[in-house]
Amino acid sequence: MGDKRKMFIYGGIIGIIGAVLMKLGNPGNMGICIACFWRDIAGALGLHRAEVVQYIRPEIIGIIFGSFIISYMTGDFKVKGGSSPLIRFVLGFFLMIGALVFLGCPLRMILRLANGDLNALVGLAGYVAGVFVGVLFLKKGYSLGRNIDQPKIAGYIYPIFAIVLLIFLVIKPAFILFSKEGPGSMAAPILISLVLGGIVGIALQRSRICTAGGFRDVFLIKDYHFLWGLIGIFIFGLVGNLVLNFSSFKLGFEVQPVAHTNHLWNFLGMTLVGLCSVLLGGCPIRQTVLASQGDSDAGITVFGLIIGAAFAHNFGLASSAKGATQNGKIAVIIGIVFVLALAYGILLGNRSKTESKEVVNNG
Amino acid sequence: MASIVDARGRSCPEPVIMIKTAIDKEPNEVFQVLVDTYVAVENIARFVKGKGYNIIVTENNGEFSLEIKK
Repeated sequence: MGDKRKMFIYGGIIGIIGAVLMKLGNPGNMGICIACFWRDIAGALGLHRAEVVQYIRPEIIGIIFGSFIISYMTGDFKVKGGSSPLIRFVLGFFLMIGALVFLGCPLRMILRLANGDLNALVGLAGYVAGVFVGVLFLKKGYSLGRNIDQPKIAGYIYPIFAIVLLIFLVIKPAFILFSKEGPGSMAAPILISLVLGGIVGIALQRSRICTAGGFRDVFLIKDYHFLWGLIGIFIFGLVGNLVLNFSSFKLGFEVQPVAHTNHLWNFLGMTLVGLCSVLLGGCPIRQTVLASQGDSDAGITVFGLIIGAAFAHNFGLASSAKGATQNGKIAVIIGIVFVLALAYGILLGNRSKTESKEVVNNG
Repeated sequence: MASIVDARGRSCPEPVIMIKTAIDKEPNEVFQVLVDTYVAVENIARFVKGKGYNIIVTENNGEFSLEIKK
């Protein structure tokens, strides 16, 4: 089977599962959304108190289990870390702010588009713009540096975290919060979500699909390999929605589920997401998969996502169906300026390092 | 004697950028690229094959050595 077709089918599996999970009870156009689901988990753990978005999403647990197990079997499980962890945390943090101003990670953006939500098209334009700017930094020599071997036990932290989350989900202790209304209360049955999440985790781990990589490689090396995965998610998501969720399919901007029509902020929110994703070397889904296969830098990034989500709701940065908030708009601007300055600072630091090396080599 | 590109410990997509920079500079050179993830092997192989290079991959203790030449 050709590489492109394989990518298309792997993406297709994810797209179909997105449509199925929505049919089975997940919120509108939110069959799978890595940003929203980590945000819901942050809420369930009491890190934020937005009562409508608190739930331990079994899909995330499934993705962690799926990618951990398959990477262990195939030899991709490697425990590495130490490549600018604090910078990764901060980039993860701002990535989440951008995602929650838009209302979705890049995967949900594709799934929203696959159910007719044209606001996601504006988000996509912003995302591609952010990826493009990130690629300019890569071309100039931006790098977060080498990782090194870490104690093997560090690689089990995410699978253990997933087991703890699963126990909380099943036992429902009093200190774990579950939404009684709103998107957090809408969910497909636990076991099905867990299993389908596991399949998504396997598909993502095996294919290495990354929504940032799909566009980045087009700009960077004119390679369309990963883009085929994204096209697969869209096409199969679209067909899945037309078959399973036909009554909810609506082409247009207005009254889309868990979405708003502030074009500028949909665009800029996703610009921030695209920029952070390229600077991190992967979008939220890829970071979650990498964290599950022993990459502790990605693990730190995901903690950045979780804390970013908590901040976004504690300080009124996250948008709602009414639109972006004043605080959210300011946070996105601060995020873009800060991340650009950070990337530029890293670039300058790397350059002076290379130059001093050359002096040593020539001298 | 091959030029050595050490991309071990580099996260995606840096290994590809490193070999791209090296190839752009010296297209007819023979390169030995060192990486430590299979994803990097796949990405580099796809990239250099697209540019018309041959690639031989050898694995040693979880690390990979790639010989790349026209």
